Amino acid sequence: MDIEETAVKARAFSYFRAATIDQALDAHARAGDDARFIAGGQSLVPALSLRLQAPRLLIDITHIDEMRGVRREGGYLRIGALTRHCEMLSEPLVAEFAPLLHAAAPFVAHPAIRNRGTFGGSVALADPASEFPAMTLALDAEIEIVGPTGRRRVKADDFFLDLFETALQPGELITAIYVPLFKADQRFAFDELARRRGDYAMVGCGIMATCAGDRINDIRISFFSVGNTPTRVKGAEATLIGSSLDAERIAAAQAALEGDLAPPDSDEVPPAMRLHLARVLLGRLLGRLGESA
Amino acid sequence: MSAPLTSLDRPNSYIGRSVPRPNAKRLLAGRGRYVSDLRLPRMLYAAFLRSPHAHAKIVSINTDEARKLEGVHLVAIGADLAKICTPWTGTLDHFKGMISAPQLPLPLDRVVWAGQAVVAVVAESRAIAEDALELIEVDYEDLPLVVDIDSARAAGGPVINPGSTNNICFRAQLDNGAVDDAFAHAAHVVEEEFSFGRHTAVTLEPRAIVADYDPAAGALTVHHATQTPYQFQDLYSRHYGIAEAHVRVVATDIGGSFGMKLHVYHEDMAVVGLSILLGRPVKYVADRIESFVSDIHARDHRVRARMALDAKGEILAMDVRDLTAIGAFSTYPRTSVVEGNQVIRLMGAPYRFKNYRATLEVIFQNKVQTSQYRAVGHPIACAVTERLVDMAAAKVGLDPFSIRAQNVIADDAYPQTSPTGYRFEALSHQACLKRLHELMDYDGLRAEQADLRKRGVYRGIGIAAFVEITNPSPAFYGVGGARISSQDGAILSVTPSGEVRCLISVTEQGQGTEAIISQIVADQLGIAQEHVKVITGDTEVTPHGGATWACRGAGIGGETALQATRALKRNILEIAALILQEQPSALDIINGEIVDAGTRNQRIPISEIARIAYFRSDTLPPGTQAQLTVSHHFAPQGYPFAFTNGIQGCSLEVDVETGFVKVLKHFIVEDCGRIINPMLVDEQLRGGIVQGLGAALFEECRYSETGQLVNGSLADYLVPMAMEMPDIVIAHVETPTADTVLGAKGVGEAGTAAASACVLNAVNDALTPFDATINSIPITPIKILKALKRF
Ligand SMILES: Cc1cc2nc3c(=O)[nH]c(=O)nc-3n(C[C@H](O)[C@H](O)[C@H](O)COP(=O)(O)OP(=O)(O)OC[C@H]3O[C@@H](n4cnc5c(N)ncnc54)[C@H](O)[C@@H]3O)c2cc1C
Repeated sequence: MDIEETAVKARAFSYFRAATIDQALDAHARAGDDARFIAGGQSLVPALSLRLQAPRLLIDITHIDEMRGVRREGGYLRIGALTRHCEMLSEPLVAEFAPLLHAAAPFVAHPAIRNRGTFGGSVALADPASEFPAMTLALDAEIEIVGPTGRRRVKADDFFLDLFETALQPGELITAIYVPLFKADQRFAFDELARRRGDYAMVGCGIMATCAGDRINDIRISFFSVGNTPTRVKGAEATLIGSSLDAERIAAAQAALEGDLAPPDSDEVPPAMRLHLARVLLGRLLGRLGESA
Repeated sequence: MSAPLTSLDRPNSYIGRSVPRPNAKRLLAGRGRYVSDLRLPRMLYAAFLRSPHAHAKIVSINTDEARKLEGVHLVAIGADLAKICTPWTGTLDHFKGMISAPQLPLPLDRVVWAGQAVVAVVAESRAIAEDALELIEVDYEDLPLVVDIDSARAAGGPVINPGSTNNICFRAQLDNGAVDDAFAHAAHVVEEEFSFGRHTAVTLEPRAIVADYDPAAGALTVHHATQTPYQFQDLYSRHYGIAEAHVRVVATDIGGSFGMKLHVYHEDMAVVGLSILLGRPVKYVADRIESFVSDIHARDHRVRARMALDAKGEILAMDVRDLTAIGAFSTYPRTSVVEGNQVIRLMGAPYRFKNYRATLEVIFQNKVQTSQYRAVGHPIACAVTERLVDMAAAKVGLDPFSIRAQNVIADDAYPQTSPTGYRFEALSHQACLKRLHELMDYDGLRAEQADLRKRGVYRGIGIAAFVEITNPSPAFYGVGGARISSQDGAILSVTPSGEVRCLISVTEQGQGTEAIISQIVADQLGIAQEHVKVITGDTEVTPHGGATWACRGAGIGGETALQATRALKRNILEIAALILQEQPSALDIINGEIVDAGTRNQRIPISEIARIAYFRSDTLPPGTQAQLTVSHHFAPQGYPFAFTNGIQGCSLEVDVETGFVKVLKHFIVEDCGRIINPMLVDEQLRGGIVQGLGAALFEECRYSETGQLVNGSLADYLVPMAMEMPDIVIAHVETPTADTVLGAKGVGEAGTAAASACVLNAVNDALTPFDATINSIPITPIKILKALKRF
């Protein structure tokens, strides 16, 4: 099919392929606000086709070497923003040092989408129903941002601000995500409730816990599809820290969710139902976490 | 003269054999030719501006800016097309009292659903046309809305059609036997109100059309992704005033239809008009969102039904009321009341009882039209009947198999007339029930269920018997005044090389019509299947016929091919007999060779007969005119429909904490009469079941209070996918119809007919330990959790 054909429905735009971060930032600055970076295109292209977005310029960032690759850097695994979802499944370093991401990856969309969609794109978009942004919260990851004013690292806790709103300013790029290396005393669990495999979940959750034997020393529990942003449930976390995962503690954590979550209105999944599902999911995951001791 | 149809051991015995379809490789290799692949010289592209309002007055339309955009050739509004296209009305005479407002390609002054096309733009590319749409300004004035069934029926509420006093499209009533009496004396009565959401076909290939009007020849060619090219040839001819012989409709490869591509769509009619106005080819392909808001939807029923039984569990009577909402118009030319009509007539169909009463009320509302989609009416009638039977079984204390065994019409009791007026030639409910019991290891499943329940795992087992309507006669549409044929035609020719070309009026939408026709021709003539070429879907070359819908391709099209082939064979043997100085009756054809009928010794190949007939007719006896082309038509006679039957079973697990349902295994025992190609029959059953499971668990067109479709994308409208689908185990019983030589009935809708009923019964079976029942389809987590009072 060529441009004359029926499938082309996006409004016309210009395209620029950046070879370096500087070129990308520069192109964005020159286009004013009327530009978008494109990585895997798995969210942006549908938005263009639906004419929900119609920027004048697309800046292709997929050829910027500095934003690729997975490697250890100090106590962190540095995951380049361009790392594709499928690489989260295939890359041994991810399986070893960020197993929560490895566990979440099969739930992100379908193979064709995972072949193109990028980790950085997913975090930058910050869809509250997405798996990876929520996992950066559970992992206490740091997001590396480069923009006209320089380079900085923002903790995931400070990154997600509101619906599709993050610490990222227009014209800034995520270059990498730094994930603290997985340690021997840590345990993790991930699952989601989606009616069809590969769909955005009705509720999903990832957990990272640091344990001493049965005792939970630290725990980070992050939900997705529960509100405007990926959401850590600090009330539930607090009920668990310092104790072991017995039925009573798990029930207390489930009960705490009521204070932690304020699910949005929706016909298909009304708030009370979503809260119920979050409780069920948390109970199941904590049960599994307890069994993996 | 031909050997018995069931013997698979003789040469060329293709009937009953699983042979791959000849077109599969071509389609797999990406060499299909769909309408969307078509690019004609000077072709332009249409796009439509759609109404954002479900019901509104069009105050003004400003198209000035759009017209000025470079590359735009035409901007047309309702009045432009109304000048050249006559209006259509979606009613049929045999639905007495039915009404529907006249329709035009684009509305003149009022929109009646959100998504209705209002303005057409034709441009040099689709993208330019879409750009132009953004420059059009339409001023609307909201009108009061009718969205759901209750508000449509509310006294004093808004009325959609000016001049009407209410929103009723059609009412029908059936009353046979002594219903009140039966209920008054019943030992048990079960009653429930059921609801069935809207869903839609979601074909892989959306609707697509290229209209090409040639003003010099006064001829219209339409390349149209449709099941029924002949119907559209007739309609384009009559509504645009072009002689039928000058209208050609070509339906080549079709990427699925399921009934959806049978109907007149406003955009499609408009595209024909746009091509006439421009004198150039115009193409329109619906995108996915457009498909969701403008393809027909199906179902949308609310049924209240009760069943009376005696103390032993004998069904005595049923009393049913079906309310169904169909959109703002009835579809043309097949109407939107056929589904409701079939709902009330298929109720209780497998069973023996005689007292039946039903009311049907078909209602207008401000949504897109509903109409015929795979298994029209069947899933509703089946779900209601079969759920009531299960409720009755529980009440009487019978097992679901036992109550059905007790009540189905006995296999040796045919012919029978149902209390709803359908005449059954021969069905096999008893044989199917028995076979299903073994096939699903029913006792084993029940034992496992009991075991798992103790561990908090809730499995459900459901069964559902069904009757399917196939091979429709003129009783279906013809008697109502629709110019929709129930006969088919075939033209068979021997090529000079001795192969056979078969032009036939049935069409191919991916189900393998061409494969089975070539099997029948090869089988009946006695040649290799690869020497039969089947050509379909072009009104310029294929004879007029009904085409493929309602499960008629194999039963009617197949019989047409069979009879045509027998005629051709007679002609070939006549010439062969002259050449060989034999009696035709002493000869037969095997593997493309004329043989002695008795000894099967080869005498002369068909290719030699063809050579002589076409090139050396001088060597034939004087006065001989070889007829190596025959044309033949076949219209079904005898029973007005060939009913089929079967039974499905389902094993599933309900997660009572999340409301999720996992279908573990699905079973079907089906009787479609003579099986021509077991592989294709099984594909039809599997595909149909998957569509039925989609309806049961996932698919629903959801609307907001303002009449907006809120899930018009494949991210939000859930179609069943491979990961969620179970293995489907299939078995057959074969009761051929005696109305035809072939004996084949239809099979395309059987899977869809009962799959959702089966799931409904299985989910309710899983929920028996709780005080919870489900009576609404689709069965979603929210409905289950609500029934279980989990939040
Ligand atoms: C059918 C389908 C199903 C899907 N299901 C899921 C699912 O279940 N779970 C899920 O999580 N996702 C799902 N997705 C979305 C998919 O994961 C996207 O790929 C991902 O969200 C975005 O990544 P991308 O690389 O494709 O980004 P793009 O689409 O290229 O860009 C998305 C946005 O992020 C910006 N952006 C991209 N990269 C950067 C960067 N490095 N720095 C700054 N800004 C950047 C872009 O400018 C754009 O605004 C699905 C997508 C489809 C089409």
